[in-house]
Amino acid sequence: MTTQTPPGPTTAVDTPVVELTGITVEFPAVRALDGVDFRLRAGEIHALMGENGAGKSTLIKALTGVHPIASGSVRVGGEEMRFSGPGDARAHGISTVYQEINLCENLTVAENIMLGAEPRRAGAIGWAAMRRQASAHLRRMGLDLDPASSLGSHSLAIQQLVAICRATVGECRVLILDEPTSSLDADEVERLFRVMRGLRDEGVAILFVSHFIDQVYAVSDRMTVLRNGRLVGEYRTAELPANDLVAHMIGRSMDVLEAVERVHEHTERDAAAPPLLQVVGLGRKGSVRPFDLDLYEGEVVGLAGLLGSGRTEVARLLTGADRPDAGYANLRGRRTRLRSPRAAMDHGIVYTSEDRKGEGVVEGLTVRDNIVLALQAGRGWMRPLPRRQVDELVSRYIDQLGIRPADPDALLRNLSGGNQQKVLLARWLATAPKLLVLDEPTRGIDVGAKAEIQKLVADLAADGMSVVFISAELEEVLRLSHRIAVMRDRQMVAEIDADGATMDEVVALIAGGGGQKDASQKDVAV
Amino acid sequence: MSKLLRHHLFWPLTALVVLLAANALARPGFLSIGLRDGHLVGAPVEILRTSAPLLLIALGMTLVIATRGIDLSVGAVVAVSGAVALSHIASSPDPTSPTTAFTAVGIALALCLVLGVWNGFLVSVLGIQPIIATLILMTAGRGVAMLITGGMITTVTSPPYKSLGSGFTLGLPTAAVIAFGVFALVALVVRRTALGMLLEATGINPAASRLSGVRSRTLTWTVYAASGLFAGVAGVLISADTMAADANNAGLFIELDAILAVVIGGTALSGGKFNLSGTLVGVLVIATLERTVTVLGISPLVTPLFMALVVIAVTLLQSPAMRARLTAATRRRPPAPPADGAAPALQADAPTETEVKA
Amino acid sequence: MTTTIPITPPTGSRVRLDRRYLPVVGTFVVLALMLIIGGTRYENFLTPAVISNLFINNAHLIVLAVGMTFVILTGGIDLSVGAVLALSAVVCAALFQAGWPAAVVIPVAVLAGTVIGLAHGVMIHVFGVQPFVATLAGMFFARGLCFLIAPESIAINEGSFVALAGWSAPLGGFRVTSSVLIALAIVAVGFVSLHYTRFGRTVYAIGGGEQSALLMGLPVARTKVLAYVVSGTCAGLGGLLFAMFSRSGYALTGVAMELDAIAAVVIGGTLLTGGTGFVLGSVLGVLVLGLIQTIITFEGTLSSWWTRIVIGILLLVFVVLQRVLTYRRT
Repeated sequence: MTTQTPPGPTTAVDTPVVELTGITVEFPAVRALDGVDFRLRAGEIHALMGENGAGKSTLIKALTGVHPIASGSVRVGGEEMRFSGPGDARAHGISTVYQEINLCENLTVAENIMLGAEPRRAGAIGWAAMRRQASAHLRRMGLDLDPASSLGSHSLAIQQLVAICRATVGECRVLILDEPTSSLDADEVERLFRVMRGLRDEGVAILFVSHFIDQVYAVSDRMTVLRNGRLVGEYRTAELPANDLVAHMIGRSMDVLEAVERVHEHTERDAAAPPLLQVVGLGRKGSVRPFDLDLYEGEVVGLAGLLGSGRTEVARLLTGADRPDAGYANLRGRRTRLRSPRAAMDHGIVYTSEDRKGEGVVEGLTVRDNIVLALQAGRGWMRPLPRRQVDELVSRYIDQLGIRPADPDALLRNLSGGNQQKVLLARWLATAPKLLVLDEPTRGIDVGAKAEIQKLVADLAADGMSVVFISAELEEVLRLSHRIAVMRDRQMVAEIDADGATMDEVVALIAGGGGQKDASQKDVAV
Repeated sequence: MSKLLRHHLFWPLTALVVLLAANALARPGFLSIGLRDGHLVGAPVEILRTSAPLLLIALGMTLVIATRGIDLSVGAVVAVSGAVALSHIASSPDPTSPTTAFTAVGIALALCLVLGVWNGFLVSVLGIQPIIATLILMTAGRGVAMLITGGMITTVTSPPYKSLGSGFTLGLPTAAVIAFGVFALVALVVRRTALGMLLEATGINPAASRLSGVRSRTLTWTVYAASGLFAGVAGVLISADTMAADANNAGLFIELDAILAVVIGGTALSGGKFNLSGTLVGVLVIATLERTVTVLGISPLVTPLFMALVVIAVTLLQSPAMRARLTAATRRRPPAPPADGAAPALQADAPTETEVKA
Repeated sequence: MTTTIPITPPTGSRVRLDRRYLPVVGTFVVLALMLIIGGTRYENFLTPAVISNLFINNAHLIVLAVGMTFVILTGGIDLSVGAVLALSAVVCAALFQAGWPAAVVIPVAVLAGTVIGLAHGVMIHVFGVQPFVATLAGMFFARGLCFLIAPESIAINEGSFVALAGWSAPLGGFRVTSSVLIALAIVAVGFVSLHYTRFGRTVYAIGGGEQSALLMGLPVARTKVLAYVVSGTCAGLGGLLFAMFSRSGYALTGVAMELDAIAAVVIGGTLLTGGTGFVLGSVLGVLVLGLIQTIITFEGTLSSWWTRIVIGILLLVFVVLQRVLTYRRT
């Protein structure tokens, strides 16, 4: 699979190509970046690490001029600069390639590389010349593709390489790769790394954002870690052990962690009781490898892992949002097919999506309608809920969850993110589920509300509900869970008892020990 | 006062009032309603009668549009409905009997329901874009209607059938009673049950609705079926009015009038929240407009242009650019910050976990 | 970097390349089949006269279909072309009636379409109105203007125009009229601009993904608006050709003609979702539609309304075929 490489050649110049100092980016309610320093040198591969909300994309967007910078300076090649947008940045040699291949599949490889700078004769495109030039660019990167083939006929991995090729047409000093390997298998990742190393050796500075620890260790020379909008540190890859890296990314300092009080005054579940939901070998190609999981009433199971490790995929398979193509599920001992969210809901299994905007909020409806939506859908359209019952239900949840403004007729689009999340939570709680799968329920919520929700989860479990809790914040997961299932690279790699587990242990499981070549764990191909 | 101005029915109702006033000024006694032969007469009554078919079509169209769809085939369905009904009467042994009329209506409605189900199948099961899916029936439907009438304008004599179009029930035009009755029934069902809310949820955010257990596919299928059925009723009323089935011209352009009525009434063509009372006002505005044009002596040639200007004005007002400007003006809180993965105007999203699926 | 990494083309690449052309090939097959069936079934079917008439009678629709192809390739739609065609013909007739010279009337008539197309482009791109809605409004507007300008049919008797309309020349055994020449010229211009200019490739790119095209730095705004200008201009030209054909301007021409244009484009293999399709395919689509009409005329016993039914069925087949092809791709 991926192999360790020695640090980049000593031709890497020490004066940085890009130097960001004290960058602060503010949005109306939140400070996304707070005094962040960042240095990128020519001829190096530099990884930018951090969890969701850490500020990685914000930093990139600040550099390329998408977000305005409140304070701080940007120096490119020693000169102070502010870019007006990605086009401007591109003109100065800074190109970005995003995870979503931003090319046009219906056009040929040559067009995707050259369009915008294509050779023309009297206004008409010279196809032969364009193909020749495209081939030349591809060969420079070490690729041998038919330029006349349509882009869509190639795999995503190849398309990504074409996107990188496009980025390097013309002068390219800095190449920013945002999550380039999320959709690639092992061989494709290796090919990408070869191309990256080739570019690095030519002197290009590569900024590489990824959450795959193994890959970052395999290919990067240096790394910068961000957390909650602040700089944690810049390190030479060879000098930072994986455990420390993960701890920097997701934990507070180790001492503080040990002192975290566990809100674990929860009742232990009846050890003899059979599982509510038993899942065996459940998996889906391209999504997550087959896993086993037993869920009991009155218990909170936390799913821990980094972004992209497959936590949401697991949640979606458990709740019918996605259909598995392997394995089966037993609900109270009886074989059950969870083939749609509706079917799962009828069985009392519900899911709060982490994509609040796209899959949760029905923004044009009122708070009241949003709260009763699932409950009503379950009853069918012909049996509307009595108005009195609705009002009572809605006001109960508004009180219990502290939804502001406390107006059932307010349109959901006018509520803040945190309050929207509370409304969504209320929607699912209203259906009195047996199993509640919460995917990032506290993301983007202020500290006070976070605590409320955490207490709610604990209370629900104490009352007998089974809960699956996904969060990027490990303290939360540790605090609330009875058991923790650890995800890494789309695979469930461990299941441990939360009692007595330390942050250290969990972090180690998540990190998987960078550099260890455990054959069974290395195959990322899903 | 501002709340009154912002009420969704304000502008359509104002337009209606203005039109009625203009009519009344030009022709005194326009608004007078009298009693004759045991039923009401007068221009307003006529408007109610002539607006009946459009009301039915616009009703179905509103529901379809709410699910982010469109139904272009309603005109063709109107033609088919009239053709089937009148052909049945023409070929039956006893054309003037009420039973024949009854079965004619029954057959026509059944067929139109099937046509609506067909549209729903294409859209909700095969996933074909509503424009093109209903375009197929729009193209083929008139051909089918022509086939049924044999290329000629079928005329029949059947007093019971005719009374549907030009008769009176309880003092009011039968056509109006039927149309407004269906409208009231649907409005009741939609608002008294959860159907309205579920339809709106499906139109506003299909993904969230699906995750919330809403049966979006069934709902979508149903509204197309309903649209077909209502168009069938409209077709019966139109053919009953003229006692002729003209496959070429029956219901010509009625889908455009219906879309216009829906738009005037405040339902956005992009789907989601819909407004049945608004559609009702929209239909009355169009019917009154057509009347006004004749009463005021304005050449009927100006009507399409006038309608066009109204459509343009309404669509521009409803456009995202306008809405953004209006909400920016009225909103007090600043917009929420983009989440770390959110896209700025140009850039692609940084990945969220759900996007990482291979 | 000294070593190159050969990318062996995926084994199915041959098949995959064909997939883009599959619907157009399908259309061609249908066209060929119809010609063969017609030729064997009827006498005098495969004669130059019949083929010539096919082009002559549908020259205006060919031009409409070319314009519509541009718009649909960007993922939009233009419902106004029938009404704009009528408007252009009516303007033409009215201005001739008023005594204006042909050299002025003809450009003005075409320009009417261009201006409406520009208005569409602005509504759609600047105001964010959906293409369906914007062009529907345009259709109302154009039709309204038609009624205003020409409540009744206006005959065209202007000398040079009639001469132009009546001009024809033999080409082999075929007969070519000025309208056919113009139509074919438009097809050629459309082909060249879609396949040999940055504008054309941007049209395809927008259909492939507007966000992507933006991020690639392509002039998306300009191109989108231009696509509608092209469609409007083609509709204007179509009106001109129709006026030559009918020697008159009549407010009720072109009703539902936009649907014929859309049907031709869909049958010609262009996906309504945008990004895939060829102008030549749209021309084939028009020929298929025209051939259906011809066959029905030859059949004699079949009523002409079968045309509508057959077109509807053909449309269904192609749409389902497209759906199956795109479904498998995802």
